[in-house]
Amino acid sequence: MSRLRTTSQPAGTSAGTTTASTEAVPPAGPVARSRRRRFPTHLVVFIAPAAAIYTVFMVYPLLDSLRLSMFAPRDGVQVFVGLDNFVHLLTDDLLSDAFWNAVWNNLVFFAVHFLVQNPIGLLLAALLATPTLSGRGTYRTLLFLPTTLSVVIVGFIWQLIISPVWGFVDTPLLGQSSTALVTLALMSVWQYIGIPMILFYAVLISIPDELTEAATVDGASAWTTFWRVKFPLLLPTVGIVSVVTYVANMNAFDLIYTVKGALAGPDFASDIMGTFFFRTFFGFQLQQGSSTMGATVATMMFLLILAGVLLYFYGWQRRVESYEL
Amino acid sequence: MSNRLGWLAPAAGAVLVLAACGESVDPRDNTDAADSEDTGGGGQVTLLMESWRNDDLAIWEDVILPAFHEQHPDIQVNFQPTAPDEYDAALDAKLSGGTAGDLITCRPFDVALRLYEEGHLAPLTDLEGMEAFDDVARSAWSTDDGSQTFCVPMASVIHGFLYNTEIFDELGITPPETEEQFHEVLDQIAADGSYSPLVMGTADQWEAATMGLQNIGPNYWNGETGRQGLIDGTESFDDEQYVAAFTELASWADYLPDGYESTTYPDAQNLFTLGRGAIFPAGSWEIALFNEQADFEMAAFPPPLPEGQDTCYISDHTDIGIGMNAATDHPEEARTFLEWTTSAEFADLYANSLPGFFPMSDHDVEVDDPLAQEFLNWRDECESTIRNSYQILSRGEPNLENQLWDLSAQLLNGTVEPQEAAARAQDGLERWYQPQQP
Amino acid sequence: MSAVNTPVRGVTRAPAAGRPWRARAGAVVPHVILLAYVVVACGPIALIVMNSLKSREAIFEGPFVFPTPDTFDLAGFETVFTRARFELYFLNSFIVTVGTVFLVLLLGSMAAFALAEYRFAGITLLSMYLAVGIMIPIRLGTVGILDLMVRLGLVNSLAGLVLVYTAMGLPLAVFVLTAFFKQVPGDLKDAARIDGASEYRVYALAVPLVRPGLAAIGVYTMLPIWNDLWFPLILTPSENVRTVTLGTQLFLGQFITDWNAVLAVLTLAALPMLALFIIFSRQFVRGLTSGAVK
Repeated sequence: MSRLRTTSQPAGTSAGTTTASTEAVPPAGPVARSRRRRFPTHLVVFIAPAAAIYTVFMVYPLLDSLRLSMFAPRDGVQVFVGLDNFVHLLTDDLLSDAFWNAVWNNLVFFAVHFLVQNPIGLLLAALLATPTLSGRGTYRTLLFLPTTLSVVIVGFIWQLIISPVWGFVDTPLLGQSSTALVTLALMSVWQYIGIPMILFYAVLISIPDELTEAATVDGASAWTTFWRVKFPLLLPTVGIVSVVTYVANMNAFDLIYTVKGALAGPDFASDIMGTFFFRTFFGFQLQQGSSTMGATVATMMFLLILAGVLLYFYGWQRRVESYEL
Repeated sequence: MSNRLGWLAPAAGAVLVLAACGESVDPRDNTDAADSEDTGGGGQVTLLMESWRNDDLAIWEDVILPAFHEQHPDIQVNFQPTAPDEYDAALDAKLSGGTAGDLITCRPFDVALRLYEEGHLAPLTDLEGMEAFDDVARSAWSTDDGSQTFCVPMASVIHGFLYNTEIFDELGITPPETEEQFHEVLDQIAADGSYSPLVMGTADQWEAATMGLQNIGPNYWNGETGRQGLIDGTESFDDEQYVAAFTELASWADYLPDGYESTTYPDAQNLFTLGRGAIFPAGSWEIALFNEQADFEMAAFPPPLPEGQDTCYISDHTDIGIGMNAATDHPEEARTFLEWTTSAEFADLYANSLPGFFPMSDHDVEVDDPLAQEFLNWRDECESTIRNSYQILSRGEPNLENQLWDLSAQLLNGTVEPQEAAARAQDGLERWYQPQQP
Repeated sequence: MSAVNTPVRGVTRAPAAGRPWRARAGAVVPHVILLAYVVVACGPIALIVMNSLKSREAIFEGPFVFPTPDTFDLAGFETVFTRARFELYFLNSFIVTVGTVFLVLLLGSMAAFALAEYRFAGITLLSMYLAVGIMIPIRLGTVGILDLMVRLGLVNSLAGLVLVYTAMGLPLAVFVLTAFFKQVPGDLKDAARIDGASEYRVYALAVPLVRPGLAAIGVYTMLPIWNDLWFPLILTPSENVRTVTLGTQLFLGQFITDWNAVLAVLTLAALPMLALFIIFSRQFVRGLTSGAVK
């Protein structure tokens, strides 16, 4: 998703046409011919392997999880229970408290990403795109390095740096209910900031000269030019980065599991959907897991992600694109 | 150590699912088991022993097993450990696939009980030598009614407090016997200001429950009396003795290192072994590691007695047992080995090669490691019990063990009051545990 | 790289030329901010690598001091290699990552080529079907995947991981590469067809032209796979198929108090990807910004 827009879109704009130009009409010749000819074996050869692996190992398990969410074990066999699991998840005070706590924490986790990675990513991208900048390639590489690390490493490094025992910070940021989640979110931002940065950067360097020239001829300062001319062009990318981040955040797990364990303490203050799903599905310590309830939680995660994505498509993207025109 | 074994175990759940299907067997394990089944042709039988104690590999191979082989040259036992975090998962898969070893190292209580109920562990109630273990030791590997036992209790771990004797000498402190003295000692170390009085953090949550609550708690709820009381429903978590235990635990907050809320278990271990703290609420499994890492003398004292209490209770938690795969081809030989593990000889070998893991049989064992012996001596002075959340009470939702982790950590963090913590634990039990329901 | 910035060069310079002090400040300020952030981004990494080369005492006494001949100590690395089979974990991670990237690029480019090149009934539906996966995290299907892997006998096998990761990587690859293939000039393909080339041959001709897209997708597919903890934890916990990330996590659990070993293992786990990224970063960025480069 993100890649398509950001890779194709600049191409479109630099060609001096609208973003829709990437959907350019394909060459007529081969299309016409391939339609007329004999059974298109090559078509099957090209598409079938990808479609098969995708269907078997992604679509089928996802559908299977949806199915499983409507079953429950009764006397050792799984029987169809309709939406009972969902009712249970949302009405059982114990489960629903944990569930909504995880949902809320997850939204906070995302909000921190949204509020921090966009401005910083934009600032870094704008600086990188400064025309006179030397050493740009080196900067780009260095700024992107944390993204290549595994969360196991990220978790350990930051735990060490902000540890009151060994590190720089006196406050037990990871140990207080009020700060643990935000701290974890900031660690995650630190790791992934390279991605929005590079995407913003790609847009910035693709903005055609004529646009900025026109503005500067009008006597606008670089600052004004940025906000008037460049920023609107960045908005679609901000949207894409945000929705991709939302999807990634709603299914985040590794960092919190590594740093806080599956109980995501203190007092579940850092419990997000991923850790909640993990405990429900696999159990923890003496607690038994449940694959059907796990599937139910996964289905709810899916619905939340879907809701976010639809909100993006119908809210943000439409508005931004009309603004852009 | 013992506590670290299980806490990454959720992966185990993955294979619970696998186990049900029984096809998910690591092909490598398959050949291992097949190879070792009937090797030595000349009447010699080879037994494979499953274990999560990979740290103990050398000790089993070099010390314990050779002693057995000497007496039973016709039986060859091979110790084959899997990493602790994946032991349950891997074992489940192997048992279902029929490729597990002949001897199975047992986790305590419900994990092993489930294996027995699924028919993977053979009953050992009538095993010769089993009488060397009392009911508490056997309870970890017995059915709820106590009628069947399916693993030989191998070792337990004892809770208490380790202290840095150099710091105690420097400040002129003697180990406390009562809780009042304990607090005086803590105040004195705090007043000096050079060391953290108590070294523990709450970041990982389990330390607060295990080395905190389950360490000092038995003195309040009178060990087995209280534990059984909770199971029978005659006592409840909001009774005053439990509130008092929570209150005492909460009072530790003033003596923990700065930033203890985000101090992890390994942080605490390093703080203590680097000499920055005076007292470490401990489990005896720390002994081996601390002996290696600390360059000062250590000693230990049992949980100090609360006011008005004259019997002392210790958490002598049953941790490792050993059982027999019900599907083994060599039940006779496996039983021979298991009988040997009930002997005084085994107890002595085990206790001395693995200081901090204590045999549970009633044989008199002299432990050479002075620190481990100190812990062991408490058994003569105090009544033993086990963690009160391990048997039966953690079978429902909310899970009592998880709840105690959370509540204990919160007590120390100051985010819940003792009275409320007690009420919440009780509410949790009442939700699903019939004997506790009013 | 320089090609990247030429379009903008000279535009904002003009007004600044009249005010040299501002121009100079304008040249310095970006460096100051960028350097500051480089410290934030790379400092922690340097800290790990640096301390992994020191003795235990030196780590605790001066964590921010460079190793000196006195404090230089490789004990951690020795522990790692004697106590865990990291060379094996590296091999496993390598097989999984390379296998997946290869499959994603090959199968993804084939499907993308077809979707970009031909028009047939149901193409929109098919494109959408394949694209939906971009928005749905495959993790939500974990229950089903585990079940499936058990039935296929692929638990604790690297092949199982490769298949899951391939399924995970394909949607984005197909989507992005379709856009790239659409930009390949039609003349070239037509010329080949007139010469009697098969459609497979035409595909082979077109692939090198979307190299920037392949590079970007390659890097983007590779990173999460190398660093993934979830699926190795669930699908391949066995020692002989363990990946570096899982091996690191389990090693940390076991040796957490041995900081030499911990820092050494973190360094070992981080270096291959750092090195690969530094080598390929130019291609990666070019892939992402390819529109601008053209």
